[in-house]
Amino acid sequence: MVNYGIAILLLPLIAFVVQIFVGKRLPRNGDWVSVGAVALTLCMSLAMFGVMLVKYDPEFSVDGTWTWFDLGALEVQMGILIDNVTIVMLLVVSLVSTLVHVYSTTYMEGDVRYSRYFAFLSLFTFSMNGIVLANNLLGIYIFWELVGISSYLLIGHWFEKDSASDAAKKAFLVNRVGDIGMFIGIMLFFTATGSFLFRDVFAGVESGLLSTEILTVAGLCLFAGAIGKSAQFPLHVWLPDAMEGPTPVSALIHAATMVAAGVYLSFRLFPIFTPTALTIIAYIGGFTAIFAAIIAVTQNDIKKVLAYSTVSQLGYMILAVGVGAYTYGLFHLVTHAAFKAGLFLCSGSVIHAMHHAYHELHDHESDPQDMRNMGGMRDKMKTTYLTMLICTVALSGVPFTSGFLSKDAILAGTLSFTQHHPEHFLLVLFGFGAAFLTAFYMFRLIFMTFYGEPVRREVYDNIHESPSAMTAPLVALATLSFFLFFTLPYFNPFSDHGWFTVLIDSRDSVVPGHLNLTAHEIAEGMHHAHTPAMLLSILIAFSGIGLAVLMYLQKRISADDIAAKLALPYKLSLNKFFVDETYQRYLIDPSLALARMIAFFDWEIYDKYIVNGFGKVTEKFSRLVGIRWDYDILDQQIVDGVGRSTSFFGAGLRLIQTGKVQNYLVWVLTGVIMIYVFQAI
Amino acid sequence: MVDLNSYLIIGAVLFSLGLFGVITRRNGVAVLMGVELILNAANVNFVAFSRFGGMDLSGHVFSLFVIILAAAEAAVALAIILNIFNNMGTINIDEADQLRQ
Repeated sequence: MVNYGIAILLLPLIAFVVQIFVGKRLPRNGDWVSVGAVALTLCMSLAMFGVMLVKYDPEFSVDGTWTWFDLGALEVQMGILIDNVTIVMLLVVSLVSTLVHVYSTTYMEGDVRYSRYFAFLSLFTFSMNGIVLANNLLGIYIFWELVGISSYLLIGHWFEKDSASDAAKKAFLVNRVGDIGMFIGIMLFFTATGSFLFRDVFAGVESGLLSTEILTVAGLCLFAGAIGKSAQFPLHVWLPDAMEGPTPVSALIHAATMVAAGVYLSFRLFPIFTPTALTIIAYIGGFTAIFAAIIAVTQNDIKKVLAYSTVSQLGYMILAVGVGAYTYGLFHLVTHAAFKAGLFLCSGSVIHAMHHAYHELHDHESDPQDMRNMGGMRDKMKTTYLTMLICTVALSGVPFTSGFLSKDAILAGTLSFTQHHPEHFLLVLFGFGAAFLTAFYMFRLIFMTFYGEPVRREVYDNIHESPSAMTAPLVALATLSFFLFFTLPYFNPFSDHGWFTVLIDSRDSVVPGHLNLTAHEIAEGMHHAHTPAMLLSILIAFSGIGLAVLMYLQKRISADDIAAKLALPYKLSLNKFFVDETYQRYLIDPSLALARMIAFFDWEIYDKYIVNGFGKVTEKFSRLVGIRWDYDILDQQIVDGVGRSTSFFGAGLRLIQTGKVQNYLVWVLTGVIMIYVFQAI
Repeated sequence: MVDLNSYLIIGAVLFSLGLFGVITRRNGVAVLMGVELILNAANVNFVAFSRFGGMDLSGHVFSLFVIILAAAEAAVALAIILNIFNNMGTINIDEADQLRQ
């Protein structure tokens, strides 16, 4: 099993290396290398998934640990952990990745950096599998940064566009803020427990190596990494900008897998979060859910709507972790990965079609992503329309879909949490409010894109359905949005009970002192909250859809009127609550001003007077020393003096040398006689 | 009975005469003859010690070697003197002082 895991990990890496070095020289720019490698990992993940279903053991876990390096006092271990969660995550990653690879072969056709694109896509798949497989915090951190860099490279794929390279930089830098926190958290745990391995850290926490306060801080530091990666408020700003990357990248990285890494991390670490930390996590998640949903309502760029929707859904997952229904957070991650990747790929198909239509008309001005330029496309793009509708229904939480099951469970968890802690009633409002808005803005997207009259007839006439390499992944992902895949072996569409809930077992918290509810208590509470939450969420989903129908399909209520009446909220939502502007004004501009001030001080004062002053003094001093002392005194008098005195004595002593042999012989004789004389004396 | 001292005195006289010749003669050939005298003084001593001093036959053998060496030396030295004459037109040793300076 561990070998399988390593193979799954390494295959995309091999594809990456091949692509980056010889990709351009291979036929078809080597896309088959990446597609093949990822498809192979999908087969292996499916095999592991099959094994998991056959075993049907919630406790199943295989661990392969080895020493990475040993410094005597410090031994760092690396390893692979394969349990049911890992297998499910591997399947999600490799499935979406394979579909996106296949989709990209058509979507990116003719791109200038085609092989580079596939290389980075493979690099990303490798890193994401690494996060999922790691059994220790350090390993997660390493792969965490690797997905960060592949995300950076792929957002900036079209780096000729300033907006793309800026978005890539922004994503990288904003993530860095969270990652610093995560690193501090890892080091806090490492210092206290002396190990990076999950099981050692958990055991250390359970035995009380960290006080409750430190544990809260350390947990929140780790969670900061999740805030950055999963685009939670206040670090959500990078994700909507990341839509500058190619759409399949958005589907894979910024909707289905990488942004879910934060949720996965929170899921893995749930047992060490203290109640205080969990409450903060719940509020961050809940607030992000409603906050991003409000922004999504007014966006006109089709990908921006989906981006904010992703932020909002990630907020749901984080909320689920915060309220203790964290297995359902993971459940939502899995279901969401399928239908949100589907939605992004559908939007890619729409953009592809719009782009080609504009291209035919030689129109390079209009924005192919703006929904106001679309309309009535359902007749022209039947497959895209149908698959997108199914995914939208799933995202809105309509019964018989996977989204209904997972979202309903999270809402039930939130409701049950609030019953235990009535002071946190806001969380319920956040959850249900976001559910309403989700249904509303998703159907707004559908109606604006596929219904109504086309804005420009000639564009509409040039719209064509995308090729089958693009529609096949759409169909696959839309199919996975049905409840059946998640409730087997049961057929009840209103209960999430199925293989997932059986196999993904919730663990009790290991925080000492019984501060948290046990998994059993949480499950009990959710069971009681299930029916009211379900009824409420169905009601809310349909009212959201209904409102969208009235406003955008039948146009009985004018959207402009409402916008005019709610001028302030509308403006806030349209401008994304001015978060970017606030950061610009209160963080970035002051930093730049400070930097300029320091640069001024550095150049004008420090460099000019102190550094250059030192230089001048040194120069003066060395002139003095070099010319007066060294040359005039040392060289001229002492060094040359030695030479001169030698030649002076030489001139004198030269006179003794006569060159006459007999003369020398006399000296020798004299010497010998002297020796005898002195000896005798 | 002639004892060791008589031989040694003859050897010393021969050596002194040889040395005197080497130092004072200007003629290169005469210097060479002085060297021969010194060598022969040594030979006399060798033979004397061989007879009285318990050196046995080693002294004889040594003096034979010295005679051979003197012959070789005379050949080389005469060649050098010939060359000096060829180069300077004289065999006066004190005029061959180019090593000075």
